[in-house]
Amino acid sequence: MVKPSTSDAYAIAVPDGLELDRTGRLELYYFMALNRKLEERLGMLYRQNKVVGGLYSSLGQEACSVGTAYALERGDFLAPMIRNLGSLLVRGVRPTDVMAQYCARAIGPTRGKDLNVHFGWVERGLIAPISVVGALIPVMAGIALEMKMHDKKNVALTYIGDGGMSTTDFHEGLNFAAVHKLPMILIVENNQWAYSTHVSKQANVRDLAVRAEGYGCYGEIVDGNNVLAVLDATRRARTRCLRGEGPAMLEAKTFRRKGHAEHDDAGYVPREQRAEWEKKDPIDAYRRFLVERRVVESASEIDEIDAKIVAILEAAADEALSAPFPDPSIARENVYG
Amino acid sequence: MAVTTYIDAIKEGIWEEMEKDESVFILGEDVGIYGGAFKVTKGMLDKFGPMRVIDTPISESAIVGAAIGAALVGMRPVAEMQFIDFISCAFDQIVNFAAKCRYRWGAGVPIVVRGPSGGGVHGGPFHSQNPEAYFFNVPGLKIVCPSTAYDAKGLIKAAIRDPDPVLYFEHKYLYRRIKEDLPAEDFVVPIGKAALRREGEDLSIITYGAMVYKALEAAEALAQDGIDVEVLDLRSILPLDEEAILTTAKKTSKVIVLHEATLTGGPGGEVVARIAEKAFEYLDGPIVRIAPPDTPVPYSPPLEEAFLPQTKDIVAKAKKLAAY
Amino acid sequence: MVERQTMSKKSPYTYLPSDETKIRMLHFMKLVREIEDRIEKKLYRQGRIVGGVYVGRGQEAISVGTAIHMEKDDVVAPSHRDMGVFLMRGVTPRRIIAQYMGRRTGLTRGRDGNMHMGDMNYNVIAFVSHLGDNVPVAAGVALAFKQRGQKQVALCYNGEGATSRGDWHEGINFASIHKLPVTFFINNNAYAYSTPMELQMAIKDVAMRAPGYGIPGEVVDGNDILAVYDSAKRAIDLARSGGGPSIVEYKTFRMTGHSAHDDAGYVPPELFDEWKRKDPIVRFERTLLEEGALTQSRLDEMQKECALIVDDAVDWAEQQPYPAPEEVTKDVYYEG
Repeated sequence: MVKPSTSDAYAIAVPDGLELDRTGRLELYYFMALNRKLEERLGMLYRQNKVVGGLYSSLGQEACSVGTAYALERGDFLAPMIRNLGSLLVRGVRPTDVMAQYCARAIGPTRGKDLNVHFGWVERGLIAPISVVGALIPVMAGIALEMKMHDKKNVALTYIGDGGMSTTDFHEGLNFAAVHKLPMILIVENNQWAYSTHVSKQANVRDLAVRAEGYGCYGEIVDGNNVLAVLDATRRARTRCLRGEGPAMLEAKTFRRKGHAEHDDAGYVPREQRAEWEKKDPIDAYRRFLVERRVVESASEIDEIDAKIVAILEAAADEALSAPFPDPSIARENVYG
Repeated sequence: MAVTTYIDAIKEGIWEEMEKDESVFILGEDVGIYGGAFKVTKGMLDKFGPMRVIDTPISESAIVGAAIGAALVGMRPVAEMQFIDFISCAFDQIVNFAAKCRYRWGAGVPIVVRGPSGGGVHGGPFHSQNPEAYFFNVPGLKIVCPSTAYDAKGLIKAAIRDPDPVLYFEHKYLYRRIKEDLPAEDFVVPIGKAALRREGEDLSIITYGAMVYKALEAAEALAQDGIDVEVLDLRSILPLDEEAILTTAKKTSKVIVLHEATLTGGPGGEVVARIAEKAFEYLDGPIVRIAPPDTPVPYSPPLEEAFLPQTKDIVAKAKKLAAY
Repeated sequence: MVERQTMSKKSPYTYLPSDETKIRMLHFMKLVREIEDRIEKKLYRQGRIVGGVYVGRGQEAISVGTAIHMEKDDVVAPSHRDMGVFLMRGVTPRRIIAQYMGRRTGLTRGRDGNMHMGDMNYNVIAFVSHLGDNVPVAAGVALAFKQRGQKQVALCYNGEGATSRGDWHEGINFASIHKLPVTFFINNNAYAYSTPMELQMAIKDVAMRAPGYGIPGEVVDGNDILAVYDSAKRAIDLARSGGGPSIVEYKTFRMTGHSAHDDAGYVPPELFDEWKRKDPIVRFERTLLEEGALTQSRLDEMQKECALIVDDAVDWAEQQPYPAPEEVTKDVYYEG
């Protein structure tokens, strides 16, 4: 189903010079839709009490995760935050991994030791986050430092929210990366709410991107709901990094359409603000784009992708839920090597 | 008398102190409009206004640092860590600024840093920790860990009125599970004083926080086997109530020290050392420590259960000790 | 002299001190230099100082030209190169020397050394070695002023190195969101221990960070006391009138090593030569002589007065007792 486009509807603008073939354009859709439907499926599991702990949604922010991760190449590193499930999917994480992790099962990436998207594999270029926001930035600067030391043609990309920019680690990490001109991309995912705290109480500036200048770092504002714009800006940032121009900070303007986590009804968010951003839904807009720009013959092609995703998620849920909880004997394992 | 939950006891304690003393204010992440992640500060913004209920950025160092500065000029700030795990972000301000001001230059820092600690809610490695041992070795700090609603209220009031920095570690597992009738009149629980939760003759369990309830459960089970257990709730771990510790050790001659902080370097080691130094002749068996293994707090229910001391573990170890 | 010509035509400054204030500022600058020279070049080398020595030689104009604007109930959180702040708040040279000698009558009664001193009776907050920690603390002081509706301000000093610390960012961000009455001064002396500016940050001026907090930032010649005086007054007035914090960056140079043990061999000698020519005290003396606000004989007298004050302070301090060993466990907590 494609909602009819009206003249004032939010539309995807195609960045000048963006190179992306039809397969790529459809893959962006696939990952955004997978991101959303996986979270919806997790929501069902949450209501069935199958999810252990909190559930975090990136509803409305899928373009940020997918567009940024899709710009990366082999050998690049990525470290997600709680709302970057889409980035993980692009980088090859299976829905089964995610569901097993959320349901605390033995086959989850951390075998039940940690929760939600708190997992990673160094060998696959994925660094697990911790709950302390900001902490990833110095760590990713360190990964970028190694890339620079060994003249690797790679980048380290991570995310920070409008809230996380208030932390010590943001400041120290970005400053370090800037001083040493490290190939690090910092995506500031400005979704305007840090739990119940509006961005105006996190920073005394309208655009967080203005802070880039204070670090001697490249800064740019990008429409976070336009996956093509996000992809394009991230690719350009990557090119800058590889040219040795130091870190780049992209502020993706977007909006958190659900609460901080599933338990939070976000009653503190003005209703009209949420309604305004619902109209800018990144996936709806991208569907319209695909049809109107004739990337697909008809909307039914998109529906086929959706159906495929549903089937994948059903199989993944079955696999995750049929897996056992971990055996208590592993509780003491792997504290040390 | 009204039945008050542990969490409401904390809230009432802060509320009453704010009503009584204009210099008391709170600051932290989401404490205002949202009323705190666990709703400890619910309604305070409406009652006391935005100058006394301050929503801060995600800046733990600034939260504690600003509390210190305001305290230096006469205020009584209560700083909230959304989860106590995040206190590590403010470590420097707490251990190097707040804790040392009085000793160095005679400036008192009457701040309270409080927040939800502890496991049992499948919060995983970053929402379940018991960080008291990180601070146990820092002279200048006081540390309290209430286990009852009465103590929760009495200790938060004592902490707010205290002239020195107090770390107030509330246990999130107890928030809504523990309730009791509280007196209507103003009361405080003195910092540094333990409370005997159960009297017994055969064996003492010295503990604090949520483990008090595990100890009491174990004591009930052991009573069936004719083992009469005494349970001492430390309530404050810095300073320790050494007198109460030695009294119970001398009385029963057999001691278990139980806590939820991990074993090695945990506060229990200090309790054991004091008994060994000052009540050695009274002992009829080895002092036994029961604490989680030296691992991060795991998330999945079977793992967390294996991590946290369980009643059955306490019963088994107590029986072995009682047999000496 | 370019400065004089400019001034004689049209002052570049909004605020100029009276002649009396100028003399007072010169006195304090000279007293700072005298005390620090005595401590670093004599007492330390003679083994009469306990522990390390950190001086602000070449930076005297900054602490003096800023703190001169403080009102009685304002609060200050200086860095370790802001001796002028202490003197202007009324801390006596006697107690400062006693502090450096670890005596009972030093500000910290022997509990801490050198510039790690403070006293809320003078509204001076003691510095800790963890640079930048004083930023959230000063913001907290200003928060209390705002909560209580007081017209006081908090002043906070740091070097450029401290701006790399997260506390600096968190504290300034917090102060800017709440428009707190606090002013952040940066003594940009070009080196953080051995680390030059370009390894500390990828920007030319610390003040470039101010727009990121939505607050004013200004870069000022920190060796020109009149420029310091003027810029500090504007920033402090702004804070006092409810306009919130600002960052004022004073460009200066550390004319010593990081501390007395450090020969600063990593600093190119020509930089020392260049900055010696910009010595803030010599420069101010010359200006005052040329203006006629000061005569050479009065200047010579001032020099002697400062030397006498410090002689007296050293004599006094050396007669002070060390703290008693049993005091070691006192005052960890409130004792009534």
